[in-house]
Amino acid sequence: MRVREVFRFALRGLRANKLRSGLTTLGILIGVGAVILLIAVGQGSGAAVQARISSLGSNLLMVTRQANGFGRAAASRTGTQSRTTNLTVADAQLLATSDQDPDVSVVAPVATTSQTATYSGATTTINQVVGTYPAYLPISNDSIATGTSFTADDVNADRKVIVIGQTVVTNLFGTIDPLGKTVQLGGVPYTVVGTLAAKGGGSTFNDPDNVAVAPLTSVQDSLTGFGSLSEIAVQAAGANQADAAQAEITSLLLQAHHDTSTTADFSVTNEATLLSTAQSTTQTFTVLLAAVAAISLLVGGIGVTNIMLVTVTERTREIGIRKALGAPRGAILGQFLIEAVLLSVVGGALGVVAGVVGSRFTVDGIKPVLVPSSILLAFGVSAVIGLVFGSLPANRAAKLHPIEALRHE
Amino acid sequence: MSLFSVDGHDPRGAGAADGPGGPDGAGSAFDSDGVGSAATDTVVMQPTPVRPSAVWIKSLRKVYGDGDAAVHALRGLDLDVPHGDYVAVMGASGSGKSTLMNIVGCLDVPSSGDYLLDGIAIADLDERQLSLVRNRKIGFVFQSFNLLARTTAFENVELPLVYGGVHKAERRRRALAALNLVGLGDRIGHHPNQLSGGQQQRVAVARALVTAPSLVLADEPTGNLDTHSSSEVMSLFDQLNATGRTIVLITHEEDIAAHAKRAIRLVDGLIVEDVRLAPAEGLPPRMASPDTGARHAAAAQGRAIRGAGA
Repeated sequence: MRVREVFRFALRGLRANKLRSGLTTLGILIGVGAVILLIAVGQGSGAAVQARISSLGSNLLMVTRQANGFGRAAASRTGTQSRTTNLTVADAQLLATSDQDPDVSVVAPVATTSQTATYSGATTTINQVVGTYPAYLPISNDSIATGTSFTADDVNADRKVIVIGQTVVTNLFGTIDPLGKTVQLGGVPYTVVGTLAAKGGGSTFNDPDNVAVAPLTSVQDSLTGFGSLSEIAVQAAGANQADAAQAEITSLLLQAHHDTSTTADFSVTNEATLLSTAQSTTQTFTVLLAAVAAISLLVGGIGVTNIMLVTVTERTREIGIRKALGAPRGAILGQFLIEAVLLSVVGGALGVVAGVVGSRFTVDGIKPVLVPSSILLAFGVSAVIGLVFGSLPANRAAKLHPIEALRHE
Repeated sequence: MSLFSVDGHDPRGAGAADGPGGPDGAGSAFDSDGVGSAATDTVVMQPTPVRPSAVWIKSLRKVYGDGDAAVHALRGLDLDVPHGDYVAVMGASGSGKSTLMNIVGCLDVPSSGDYLLDGIAIADLDERQLSLVRNRKIGFVFQSFNLLARTTAFENVELPLVYGGVHKAERRRRALAALNLVGLGDRIGHHPNQLSGGQQQRVAVARALVTAPSLVLADEPTGNLDTHSSSEVMSLFDQLNATGRTIVLITHEEDIAAHAKRAIRLVDGLIVEDVRLAPAEGLPPRMASPDTGARHAAAAQGRAIRGAGA
């Protein structure tokens, strides 16, 4: 018995039932393709998030409110200490004016909200309407594409002027020049004075260009109210001064809020911590996607077993003939095992092609990043699946008793 | 795959008679492969040490199931088929002839008793060796032809040689010789569904004899054929036997059995009648005293067979 001949028998067996072989192959194809593509998407979204974070601004620090973890303890504190639970413009001014934070260069108080904007019938939801000071734009790495930014004067005068991102431009104005037009933001008219340069990256739910920036006073006045700020954006003086700036801000605000580090009602994050958080998030995301894909590969493998079991039952008589003609058990085992492995390996190879081709397309704003090891892994697993899932039916075929097999109708 | 040496079969063409050296050579090959000396010892104890019988059966029993439900298919059957014999096994259904056929064909094992095929004790063989014996020593012809579908006549005939490990050129030569022998040299590329029943059965006969087996086993080979195809196939068997091939065939029909040199009747797992119609040596009865119109054609084909075998 020669391997080549057994291989030929296996090929003939597969060709005899092309549709069935094709569909079984498709199961593996989808599994392998999904593994490769979804890992690539996970990887791509990780890269996108990183790019997005670095586009937030260089040396950016964010001071955000934090619900106090020790609220009860704080409430039981005695004395006349006044609790300041909000971030205020005063806090921002303190950071800007204090001489105890030499590593802080620019400070901008920020109040954000999400609003529906309309312009002559067109409506869009702006994810981030940012009320702030003009200094915000350089901190957040934004630059003006057309028109101008608003000015400190606009902030002081509470003027309803606005600078909008490119997504908003497209959604509201299409090809019309937005400069000087008036948009309704939560029912309040704002005059567009400028547009922001596109940042790109991100997805539908996380689009850095779906943004509008307006004077803090007008946003608080008309949209958010005069409660707490959402955050205070701070730019460190230099790339390696972020950590020092973070420490100075923390100590200044703790002092101002009469807090200790355990009862702090704010938190200061810098880009590095954001990055590592985002990385671990996307890691989890990738693993989750890969797990889903792996399940589909497993289902494909079960499909191989299923079809091979059907094939063996269907071809019981053929097996009986072959055995009567002197086919040793190994030849029968080999024939059906090769059939199963061929199904899964061909499916795997096509799946690699599908995965690689699929990852050339942008999926929901994410450019997938191929991971070469995932290709090897998926293909290897598909071959192993053929062996493992094919061995049960192949064994059943090899063990058939020749007489019973010959009698089988 | 060296249990039987392929070379030992080479000098003998597809249709050729078993040479005297064949079985002995095969026997020693078994021995050298460590199959066990028991087989050889038993062979030596045979009453005819010159050449063991093609089939030698002693006290063969086969019981299916056990206890009260036990069915005794064979009840201590003795049978000795010398080389060159042409035996028709007859009997009603349930008489045990299919069981006997399966055991003789090494597709099944007896519950007790001895069976030597060409001097080889089948009971001593493991599954791998059994498949080798089926491949090299036995050629099967089935009632329902049992050709592989979607497989050409040539590939069907070639199949036993593939499992026998014969290399490609030799396979081709022998398969073509066998197909020419059964008169289907012009149909080698046809699939079974493109052939008539008679032609399919002739392909099956070619497949059975392509390995030059010691024994051709035919299980009601004409059961699914019309009269004309039946006589074609039977004259083929006659010619094969005329060239020295040992044939055991199972049949229901008296006129098919009349082709054989010996008719055995089974009842309830025992041989109740064993009639010799012609000597084991020499031509089968229909060719020795031809009473069919196919005499001249048969004789001519018989010469062709000898020619092909040479």
